Amino acid sequence: MSPPEPVEAADFSASEMMIVAAARELAGRHVCFVGVGLPNIAVNLAKLTVATDLELVYEAGVFGARPARLPLSIGDPTIVTRATAVTSMFELFGFYLQGGLIDVGFLGAAQIDRFGNINSTVIGDYAHPTTRLPGSGGACEIAINAREVFVIMRQSRRSFVQRIDFRTSPGNLGGADGARIRREQGWLGAGPSVVITDLGVYHFDAGGVMRLDSLHPGVTLEDVQGKMAWQPAVADRLIETAPPTAEELRLVRDVLDTEGIYTR
Amino acid sequence: MAEAIAGSVHDGDTVAIEGFTHLISFAAGHEIIRQHKRDLTLARLTPDLIYDQMVGAGVARKLIFSWLGNPGVGGLHAVRRVTEGASASLELEEYSHFGMVGRYTAGAMNLPFFPLRSYFETDLPVANPLIRPIRSPYGDDLVYAVPPLEPDVAIIHAQRADEQGNTQIWGLLGCQKEAAFAAQRVIVVVEELVSEDVIRADPNRTVIPGLIVEAVVVEPFGAHPSYAQGHYDRDNRFYIEWDAISRDADLLEQWLDEWVYGVAGRAEYRDKLGDERLDALRPGSSPSGSVDYGDYR
Repeated sequence: MSPPEPVEAADFSASEMMIVAAARELAGRHVCFVGVGLPNIAVNLAKLTVATDLELVYEAGVFGARPARLPLSIGDPTIVTRATAVTSMFELFGFYLQGGLIDVGFLGAAQIDRFGNINSTVIGDYAHPTTRLPGSGGACEIAINAREVFVIMRQSRRSFVQRIDFRTSPGNLGGADGARIRREQGWLGAGPSVVITDLGVYHFDAGGVMRLDSLHPGVTLEDVQGKMAWQPAVADRLIETAPPTAEELRLVRDVLDTEGIYTR
Repeated sequence: MAEAIAGSVHDGDTVAIEGFTHLISFAAGHEIIRQHKRDLTLARLTPDLIYDQMVGAGVARKLIFSWLGNPGVGGLHAVRRVTEGASASLELEEYSHFGMVGRYTAGAMNLPFFPLRSYFETDLPVANPLIRPIRSPYGDDLVYAVPPLEPDVAIIHAQRADEQGNTQIWGLLGCQKEAAFAAQRVIVVVEELVSEDVIRADPNRTVIPGLIVEAVVVEPFGAHPSYAQGHYDRDNRFYIEWDAISRDADLLEQWLDEWVYGVAGRAEYRDKLGDERLDALRPGSSPSGSVDYGDYR
């Protein structure tokens, strides 16, 4: 097999790099809870590349979706037609998610801390917020019940913060204790395992702390440090994220997001 | 529709127009606006554009919800205007999706609460003290409880029903069944009125029995810009356009004047949208297989 055709950094967008990096992390996973926007494209890309037997679960009440187009909303009719099963939301959240059948749940975030705790509710004070965000939706129960959680978000000093303004979805809580609390309270989920941003890819160390493992092409450690409010733990062997292959880009652009809504 | 809303929805009521992306009764929401209802508590998992419009029109006192946004587009700006900053005036009571589903379920089942494994180690029980921890009576397990939600009125859009209100839905089911059984009164709005024989030929598809339905309203395209599986697609163009409209209070007022106050009802709204726009939303065909229920005598 010939090596994939190299692609220059200038030839793909930061969003495309995020999508491709997230899709690759899904290798070996079987059942994935899909979110709106970038996760939606990433999961569909994984299904076409590294995880062809991936079962797509949508919170709207679909198991085993086969979307024929990229939906604007996660409740689009295309996720129903030719799906394995349509369920009520009671069944989806009760039997599939809380029952422990979801391997990976994707979450976005307005704010995240070093332990992977997430805010998607308000910026500022809860009663009189400066910005009212959407709120939990299914995020809080995904964070608790999905076997692992992937976070996909853009990185800035406003989003990678010392203290989140509101904890919508628990991550590794205060660090090493997180795993113990999860166990003692009977949670099935192990918490966040990957954070994919426009700058790099993070995993979590044994103490539940986010660790920078990979920088996207063209990104420096200084770039990353300038866009977060704490000094990140960095892997002993910090690597460069492999750029998207020509085939990955073709699938994203020509098959999944033909109008470039999410990828430009 | 006018008669059903006038008869069933009263100022101060708790109203649930349910439907997760699918089958949202915009027709009923607009009629509530036209009738100048006031002080409503509006319950929905995802307030969506319909509650943004209703809040913008001044019918609501409070929202009970779990996800407040325009899916794939951004925020609900009419809601944000009255929930952000020092002058926040709209009361919010928020849960997670499963918490809302659990509330309707407890309401439907006449239970004092619904237990779930959400909310641990989050700020949601602080923001909403109605979310409370309880110990299992069978051990030390801790779970959270949410209280029953029994709306005064649930309004459910569906593909079809018979005159008695026996209602069939296919595609995303959301929590319409739970909301309907929890409510004191149920209004069903359908694309198509069918005979009892059609319902009885496929009883597995019946989601809501006529037993609990107070009124059946026939309103083709009554869910637009939401959708009805197999009938018409979601009008994503409108969801995208709404962002600019709702950001500007004056534009929103103009929009309400033109599309809600300025039309007598859904039929006029449909005519105003025009056949070209509506025809473009019609999907291709993908019929279900059929099953044989068997004839037993």
